[in-house]
Amino acid sequence: MAIPPGAAPGPASLPADLTRVGPALPGRRPSPRASFLLRRSGRALVSLGVVVAATFLVVHLVPGDPVRAALGPSATPELVQRTRAELGLDKPALQQFADYLSGLLRGDLGISLRSHRPVSATLAERFPTTLTLAGLAFLVAALGAVPIGVATAVSAWGGRRRSLHSVVSWLLGGLIAIPNFLLAVGFIALFGITMNVLPVAGWGGAAEAVLPAAALAIGPMAYLARIVHVEMLAVLGTPYMTTARSKRLPARLLYLRHALPNMITAALASGGLILTGLVAGTVLIEAVFVIPGLGSTIVASITAKDYPMIQGVVLVYALLVLALNLLIDLALSGLDPRSSIMEG
Amino acid sequence: MRSGFRQRLLSPQGIVTVVALCVLLLAVVFAPIVWGPAAALTAVADRGQGPSGAHPFGTDDLGRDVLARVLVATRLSVLLALGSTTIAIVGGTTLGVVATVLPRPVRRMVTALIDILLSFPWLLLTLFFSVIWGASASGAMLAVGFADVPTVARLTYTLASSVTGRDYVRAARIVGVGHAGVIVRHVLPNILPPLLVNTAAHASAALLSFAGLSFLGLGVQAPEFDWGRLLREGVARIYVNPMVALGPGIAIVLTGLILNSIGSLTGETASSALPPPRARARRRPGAPERAGSAAVVEAADLRVSFPGPDGGLVERVRGVSLTIAPGETVGIVGASGSGKSVTAMAIAGLLPGEAHVGAETLRFQDIDMTSPPTSAERGRLGLELAVIFQDPLTSLNPSLTIERQLTEVSEVHDGVPRKEARRRARDVLESVGITEPERRARQYPHELSGGMRQRAMLGMGLMGRPRLIIADEPTTALDVTVQRQVLRVLHEARRRTGSAILFISHDIALVSGFCDRVLVMKDGEIVEELAASGLAQAAHPYTRALVACVPHMTTDRSRPLPVIGDGDVAEEARA
Amino acid sequence: MSTLQYTDLTVRYGHGAGARLAVQGVDLTVASGGVHGLVGESGSGKSTLAAAAVGLVRPVAGTIRLDGVDIAGSSATARTARRRVQLIFQDPFSALDPRMPVGASIAEAMRARGRRPTRAEKTRRVGELLRRVHLDPARAGDLPAAFSGGQRQRVTIARALAAEPDVIIADEITSALDVSVQGVVLNLLRELRAELDLTILFISHNLAVVRYVCDTVSVMRHGRIVESGDTDGVLSMPRDPYTRELVAAVPVMGERFDQRFDQRFDQRFDWGEESQ
Repeated sequence: MAIPPGAAPGPASLPADLTRVGPALPGRRPSPRASFLLRRSGRALVSLGVVVAATFLVVHLVPGDPVRAALGPSATPELVQRTRAELGLDKPALQQFADYLSGLLRGDLGISLRSHRPVSATLAERFPTTLTLAGLAFLVAALGAVPIGVATAVSAWGGRRRSLHSVVSWLLGGLIAIPNFLLAVGFIALFGITMNVLPVAGWGGAAEAVLPAAALAIGPMAYLARIVHVEMLAVLGTPYMTTARSKRLPARLLYLRHALPNMITAALASGGLILTGLVAGTVLIEAVFVIPGLGSTIVASITAKDYPMIQGVVLVYALLVLALNLLIDLALSGLDPRSSIMEG
Repeated sequence: MRSGFRQRLLSPQGIVTVVALCVLLLAVVFAPIVWGPAAALTAVADRGQGPSGAHPFGTDDLGRDVLARVLVATRLSVLLALGSTTIAIVGGTTLGVVATVLPRPVRRMVTALIDILLSFPWLLLTLFFSVIWGASASGAMLAVGFADVPTVARLTYTLASSVTGRDYVRAARIVGVGHAGVIVRHVLPNILPPLLVNTAAHASAALLSFAGLSFLGLGVQAPEFDWGRLLREGVARIYVNPMVALGPGIAIVLTGLILNSIGSLTGETASSALPPPRARARRRPGAPERAGSAAVVEAADLRVSFPGPDGGLVERVRGVSLTIAPGETVGIVGASGSGKSVTAMAIAGLLPGEAHVGAETLRFQDIDMTSPPTSAERGRLGLELAVIFQDPLTSLNPSLTIERQLTEVSEVHDGVPRKEARRRARDVLESVGITEPERRARQYPHELSGGMRQRAMLGMGLMGRPRLIIADEPTTALDVTVQRQVLRVLHEARRRTGSAILFISHDIALVSGFCDRVLVMKDGEIVEELAASGLAQAAHPYTRALVACVPHMTTDRSRPLPVIGDGDVAEEARA
Repeated sequence: MSTLQYTDLTVRYGHGAGARLAVQGVDLTVASGGVHGLVGESGSGKSTLAAAAVGLVRPVAGTIRLDGVDIAGSSATARTARRRVQLIFQDPFSALDPRMPVGASIAEAMRARGRRPTRAEKTRRVGELLRRVHLDPARAGDLPAAFSGGQRQRVTIARALAAEPDVIIADEITSALDVSVQGVVLNLLRELRAELDLTILFISHNLAVVRYVCDTVSVMRHGRIVESGDTDGVLSMPRDPYTRELVAAVPVMGERFDQRFDQRFDQRFDWGEESQ
């Protein structure tokens, strides 16, 4: 449709009267759910392309000569030349990109400049640790946030128990304000040194996972709990909840059947970013607790300018985030019959 | 809004925030001058000491005073965070505003890219950018700032496009105001206040991210130090003196809290949106209780107040008394804000918690609605009192099927088995004129048309044994032909069940045709009560004006419409 | 005095499989100096006709002419010419910039005819227009929030007048207002029409209001005009079945609802008709 200059009426900006009018033109329309999933998968694919391009480009975006920067001023010109050839940087840019892509498809991410081992081997070694840490924290955050948010919202609704409401919102606000690495340091001081009950470094046993997972989970849990709290209050104030109350249903049905599904949909739509943020949070937590995961790898390789390794780790993190986003979209389309966040 | 800001500023939280902000600013300006020498003074003999009078936070591995170093680091930490915030706000706002005026295909691409960037956590973007700009203070400032650009751009874009979709922007375009004019005259003035409110939150987040980067060794490099750098050095020595690590940590958290607090002071979304405490309906002593009365509804001196914007109570229903006989159809008419819906919701016991309800008598059949219902009474209320609201789309639960919403009353209160309840639901749906009840029952509300939803809503009430159906503007959201179908179903339901109906509408012609008796409400009081057939001969001037001011199919077209007093004066008094 | 003429107008929203024809081959003439009513239910395409005349949407086929000059195109002439058509919106709360004093909003519309008035001229003209819609000129500096709904709607009418239009399109201008205020706005519109010789296209879903305000009327359904003519003629003797249904559905003061079923209820009524 041609848009006249001076006017750009997108469908969403038109009055309701204008958008749902007239008979459909011939042609099949997919169901809202299918088309939602289709769009989201399409977006995930585009995101994947952006990620691959970005990780390829990162070396080229570094100002100056990345190889010289990586090897330091003392490296001989021969070594610089050899490394450049090793990285393929002496080839034309398109050729480099083609090589990078075909390498990716074969699972070949190049050789680390520092350890001279294949990047993929290091990733395979370290990825499970990070995934376990993030997974544990996710469980803690999600399982903690929903009951806290729901319970506080239900008891605060309609202006009841104002003091509880303000205590909870202050407490949650405080927990959100403390970044995970500071919390981790506090935990070490408290549980590791003062009380000396839990190990504060390393990875392996269950005891060693307690503090890192807790430190990583608490901030997102507080944030999620607040989202759940706010969304639950919003749901409790909707006309359909008044309808449900007019049926005088027992509390169990009122909250579990009528409020919860709507709240979860809303909370998931806005809380997804927090869960993916948790993945990135592992970088800091691993640094505090000296955990040999992807986080410590990326920090070390950024400091050492080990570009192949950086590319590999960033790629893995980004893929993990994309996978999580897709999972959240799947969950949303399963939960919400309208897929009301279609345009989100 | 201004007075709200002043009020928040003078609250305890506001005063604490302002004082803390002043202390922070003093530290930024003067700490390096006052404590700079102490922070740099190495004393090998004093190294690694715990907290003491001379060194409240102890000393580091070179014997430097930790407290002095934390104070001195304030300037660099805060300035770097502000630098990042500036980059984020300026970059993001520009991108967001420019995106709104791009041609549609380009705009779509830009917003899609912003959304993709947004789906990655901030820290990951920061790390990516710090690969490019290297591990240095300035590199980290750029990285933290740029990583936040998508967030600000998205917010700006959302705000700006909500403005450009408004009728006032359309009106400006119609008179020939161009893109630049629209942005300068309408978009910027409307999006800047909310953006500024967000700046404090972004500054707080930037401070924390920066501390994180420095902590990882990717930000400020020795010999310079910010809080993150101090923390990094401190963690290595945490066993010797925990304060070496906790000191800078406390500084980071406190500063983050101050910045956040500024945000919530300037913001219009305070948690104070929570309504004040609930007061249950109370029965005032006065009239003796008349038990066993035959009326379906009996209310005497019903008063309902809501908390006003200034914290006081505003009385919205002022001493309403009404009786509804079994099977009677009673209408309430009045302008919006007259208290008609509030009266009905008070009768149904469905007012939100912040409402203060008081009455001499307020009963539904023999159930006293001024006290919490017993469980037996709840069951009867569920079965015998049905409610229909104005907008059937929002008053049906979007995530439950029509069938589920119909059957539950029978299952819960009547103990009807699921299967039997389902069969009854099909019958009820058919009786309210829904074709293919089998198929419709399994659908969700959004799959039905407006008129069908409203009929399904009524069907929900018919699953029980309604003695009273409260219909609150049940047809206002519907087209006039659909309106008639719904009324017909309502009428039919009354004929079949013998239920009374309380019908609320602003449309006096509709009420006159549908009801036996009409109550006219104005400003929370019933000004007149009369038979529907007698509306044309109403005694009260307000009723007469209400009848006369609405054009109907026989209004004299050559004369101006009569106006209620000065319509706008009445309207203003409420506003 | 101007004639607004739609010829074979078709407007489509969306693309591909999601596309909808909002208006299909509409011919409509709003005669010079007349008030033409446009009735129909939500989604019938009435508002699209309004939006097309002021350039907010672009037709895929057909023309809109003002005194024979095309105003639907993208040419500079069309853009200038269509500023002689002004639109008054349904929701007065969204139609005024909340952060712009109402006087400035009105003055902004004075640009429509390409004028660059001086400050003094603006003040004078704004005052004059506010008086004309029965508002105190001293309130020109107030923000919209200081006005009630009915007053805001009068401000938007003043804004439309500031553009010195030949044609005014009133799109459901009273449906967001309380019934008690509706009369004030309708009376004002009648008054202005008599004083200023305006041509008006009056869009509403309310038949009684249309009957009261309009000389001629068209009934729209599913993007088409099903019936047009003299208001009294169309409403007293509707020829199209849909118009008949609309007329029958209007509640009449003092007429019992159940009697109407017996006497006037259309037997062809079909429950499943509004399927989705």
